[in-house]
Amino acid sequence: MTTADHYRWQRFTPRERLARFAVFLGFAVALAASMRTVEVIPEFLYDAPTQVLDLFKRMWPIEYSYYPEGVHHALVETLHIASLGTLLAIVMAIPVGILGASNIVRVPALNWLAKLILVSSRSVNTLVWALLFVAVFGPGALAGTICIAFRSIGFVGKLFAEALEECDPGPIEALTAAGAPWPSVFLKGFWPQAAPAFWGIALFRWDINVRESAVIGLVGAGGIGMVLDTAMNLFHWDRVALVLLSIFSVVIIAELVVTNIRKRII
Amino acid sequence: MTTRTGNALAAQPERSLRVEHLVKAYQPGKPVLNDISFEVRGQNSVAIIGPSGTGKSTLIRCVNKLIPPTSGAVFVSGENISRLSGRALRHARRKIGMVFQEFNLVERLTVMENVLCGRLGYVSVWQAWRRTYPQDDIDRAFALLESIGLADFVHQRADSLSGGQRQRVGIARAIMQEPHVLLADEPTSSLDPKTSVEIMEVLVQLSEVHRIPLIINIHDVELARRFTSRIIGLSQGGIVFDGPPAELSNDHLKTIYGGEAWLQ
Repeated sequence: MTTADHYRWQRFTPRERLARFAVFLGFAVALAASMRTVEVIPEFLYDAPTQVLDLFKRMWPIEYSYYPEGVHHALVETLHIASLGTLLAIVMAIPVGILGASNIVRVPALNWLAKLILVSSRSVNTLVWALLFVAVFGPGALAGTICIAFRSIGFVGKLFAEALEECDPGPIEALTAAGAPWPSVFLKGFWPQAAPAFWGIALFRWDINVRESAVIGLVGAGGIGMVLDTAMNLFHWDRVALVLLSIFSVVIIAELVVTNIRKRII
Repeated sequence: MTTRTGNALAAQPERSLRVEHLVKAYQPGKPVLNDISFEVRGQNSVAIIGPSGTGKSTLIRCVNKLIPPTSGAVFVSGENISRLSGRALRHARRKIGMVFQEFNLVERLTVMENVLCGRLGYVSVWQAWRRTYPQDDIDRAFALLESIGLADFVHQRADSLSGGQRQRVGIARAIMQEPHVLLADEPTSSLDPKTSVEIMEVLVQLSEVHRIPLIINIHDVELARRFTSRIIGLSQGGIVFDGPPAELSNDHLKTIYGGEAWLQ
């Protein structure tokens, strides 16, 4: 062996290196292009800290006294929208989830139908659903509830379908072999296996919905968002601060409650 | 055969399983099972032995149509079940108890609920959902669990049991069906040697007490010899031996499993 004999090793082939470079170049070009479209005005950017400080000054002191007359009712309404919306979503998501689980419904066309429903529910943003239902039902909590429900079907249904598909086929086979009718196989074979995941998903979605229902009021779908919208339009910044604080507290409490319950059921 | 003694048990036709010219080919022209015929009746325990992949599990699942056979017929206590479907097939499946290698219990349900699952073919969906099983079923389930030494575990979840205990629950679930034939698919393969023997004892004993013909897929030839009165040797999709354990010679085993070094 001579010293000139070395093993040659390279992580990437020249072709791969070229491809990687092309990807980086693509990112750089995209970044440059978007900067041009956004048109950052430097004066506004330098001004931002002053504006933020000004905003905080106007928000302080927070007008707590406004809570009983103007915020409490809307906050409770928000929680109702979130809870009722989640409940409606669960009722609608269970059949769609079952339809979408390919180990339960063995008709690909029906699986696809379920996937279509789930994707359409998720691909439309909550605010867009809200605008739609405000147009249908008029402004108020009803539009908000239906909006939350329709938006949640996709989330709950998809995850429920996945939980069903992950079920151990062994017990299902055993119950089928015992001559159990299909609904009994589902009740005693699939459901016990998927139930913990299902309740976890439902709680998690409720938690998300508490946050979402605080926002949809901005387009008139009821709840605390409407109070926020009004306060902002009238430049009541001390009330805006109160509303933001209320939303923040409720979201934290919801998060704590959900985490605690989930720990117990899983 | 049937004697008219007025005795309820004797008045029924003898419980039996008859398989006629059963063929199963997952791919056309390549049969996994090729022209299998045998009959088991009365208090008889039969072991089906053979190397892995020779179609033992497929054979058992073709009996209750969990896997549809390509051709051939299966008779349970004289009733031809090979052409049944839907509700009629479900009712026929109640007469075929099945015990699995991996136990196949519903892990998150209690022992009692798992045993009562054997009655799902008889009770309505509403009863299953409300858990209102007939008192008779509950009494029998308790008696059965007592007889196999699981009386103290009735309210425990299935996933808290050991392998041997789980398999006992699996057997109890199958017996709850009041089956006309009991099929066991490698019931001891997931268990240690001592537990394997105990499970075989429970299987054979229960099948004798309840007068159910027993068919066991098993690859452990010694266990088969020890606990059954008849052995069927399967090799490459066909029956190459069918007789009492005493007649099973090393030559037969060589035909069934191939090679001979393992026989020393």
